[in-house]
Amino acid sequence: MLKETIYSIKSPYRQSMDITAYTFGGGEPSCCIVGALRGNEIQQMAICAQLVNTLKRLEENGCLVDGKRIMIIPCANYYSMNIGKRFWTMDNTDINRMFPGYDQGETTQRIADGLFKSICDYKYGVQMASFYLEGEFLPHIKMMDTGSGKQETYESLTDFGLPYGIIRTPIPYDTATLNYNWQVWGCHAFSMFAAYTDHIGRQSTQTAVNSVLRFLIAKGIIKWTLHPGSHTRIIKEESMCNMQTTFAGILKKHAKAGEDVNEGDLLCEISHPLEGHTLGRIVSPINGTVFFAYNKQLVMEHTDVFKIVPSVEVGATGAAAGGARRVQLWMDV
Amino acid sequence: MIKPVYTAALPVMENFVIQKNRIENNVGENTKRVCIVTGTHGDELEGQYVCARLAKLLNEEKDKFSGTVDIYPALNPLGIDSVTRGFPMFDLDMNRIFPGSPTGSLAEAAAHNIVRDIEGADICIDIHSSNIYLREIPQVRVSEQTADGLLQYALMLNTDFVWIHAAATVLESTLAHALNLRGVKTLVVEMGVGMRITEGYCTQLVDGILNLLYKLGMWSGRLRLTRSPIVSKDRNVSFVNSDAAGVFIPHAAHGDYVGANDCIGTIIDPLTGNIAETVVAPCEGFVFTLREYPVVFGGSLLARILEYKKDA
Ligand SMILES: [Zn+2]
Repeated sequence: MLKETIYSIKSPYRQSMDITAYTFGGGEPSCCIVGALRGNEIQQMAICAQLVNTLKRLEENGCLVDGKRIMIIPCANYYSMNIGKRFWTMDNTDINRMFPGYDQGETTQRIADGLFKSICDYKYGVQMASFYLEGEFLPHIKMMDTGSGKQETYESLTDFGLPYGIIRTPIPYDTATLNYNWQVWGCHAFSMFAAYTDHIGRQSTQTAVNSVLRFLIAKGIIKWTLHPGSHTRIIKEESMCNMQTTFAGILKKHAKAGEDVNEGDLLCEISHPLEGHTLGRIVSPINGTVFFAYNKQLVMEHTDVFKIVPSVEVGATGAAAGGARRVQLWMDV
Repeated sequence: MIKPVYTAALPVMENFVIQKNRIENNVGENTKRVCIVTGTHGDELEGQYVCARLAKLLNEEKDKFSGTVDIYPALNPLGIDSVTRGFPMFDLDMNRIFPGSPTGSLAEAAAHNIVRDIEGADICIDIHSSNIYLREIPQVRVSEQTADGLLQYALMLNTDFVWIHAAATVLESTLAHALNLRGVKTLVVEMGVGMRITEGYCTQLVDGILNLLYKLGMWSGRLRLTRSPIVSKDRNVSFVNSDAAGVFIPHAAHGDYVGANDCIGTIIDPLTGNIAETVVAPCEGFVFTLREYPVVFGGSLLARILEYKKDA
């Protein structure tokens, strides 16, 4: 294992922020794994830390394939993490909206540039990502559909052995993310979503660590054996059913991430914040599995409180067909 | 007349409301509609004074005005009311979610309804005031792609400068981009600094907006033009970023013409008293952006200089 600082940034009064990379094996740049880019991505950092720990042992035991190099960057923004902030300490910018970066630019552009220069040549890239809404996810692996030449990326989604592989059609806002720029650079890039962000789930950390190892085995980068994991169901992001609030107030959930629900099942109710009576209920419009469940106590109107994967699979490519489905189905009380 | 543009329920006893003030007179088939929007970034306040001045003036001198002016002073009302640049609760830059979506989050639904409400207008002026870190000379910013259609209007706004800049894909999620795509000629004005109001800049822009209304045949009252803007076309814009971290003390004044290698400031280390970096101008030109917030990291933007070029 080689431990090195790949980029360093100075601040007026803090010790310099040194972005640390751990490299295993040697030869062609095969797979790079990036953890926290934001200060609240604690589980993402912890997953990488466990990977560093595991790969160190695997390397000592001769389980790395000759001529293959793996790099892990557990945390590229501990300045924010150490002060409990999500985005950049000084100007609140998001490093994951600064790629590919610019070495003559603003601080976070320079960080993105410094990071990207070290990681852009890898054949496979895995980013431990987080979602802007607070909630619990089913672990999944996501790719951005940046157009042609992505067949191998698409086919590799199943190598992680996670229950879901999601295909996202990028919007302009995505074009400055690490995942998108990795893809543009010719890397097969994946974003892995663990269950949480600022909370370390023991089970979900292990699931994520195993799925990365499984991927490294599948790609012939490490020699090891691991149980095969789940069958991966590949779906387009827009085919998921988003359950959105049309009332605001106190949220009481009746379903959790991972639960199978039937059409008509009660998912949650929203009650009046001062008077306690129920304002409305959300019931599932389809048979499916709860993929995401929002976990704040108060909800405003227009909040996606649940995302449900339909249980019926259709479409020739294996991806569920259908356009954007955002359902606002309520039983008013 | 005050009208709601978008309303949605917040968790406890309150509605999120975006409002506009519609001022109209002698509206007919051929009269024009101009929208003045600001407050997308909750820490940018220069537009507040522009909106107030314009609303007062047009209402008081309605006889000299015809057509429709819609004033939207706060596209991000929660942000302005809580000294928050982004959209509170989402921690996101509201000017990166346009054109929004009717079925998206509250922020996206708000963006969608803003675009729908402005659609159909002839011109939209989107007023920004930089951020708390940088002070800007009054300027109109248009992308290279839209410059052909927009430059003539940009020149009417009585600013000091028109910056024609390269396009970036991320800017496709701005309000200006969404509106220009939908046929509303939208001009982005940047001026002043975050969290402050620079009265002189605001009155300068109000005069520019009146001039635009006059050129559109909507205004016959007073005109007071004080500026003829420099256009960045064929001129380089140099960015000056710090390499050292510390406290920036400017030596050049905002709006100065500086020579190549002139000292425009120093970055000092208050612990030792040493100069960590002497910042020099990379070219001869006009300092149209200057850092206002003293604390800098490596990479912090300190100034932008429009390269001086003798006219041929
Ligand atoms: Zn702004």
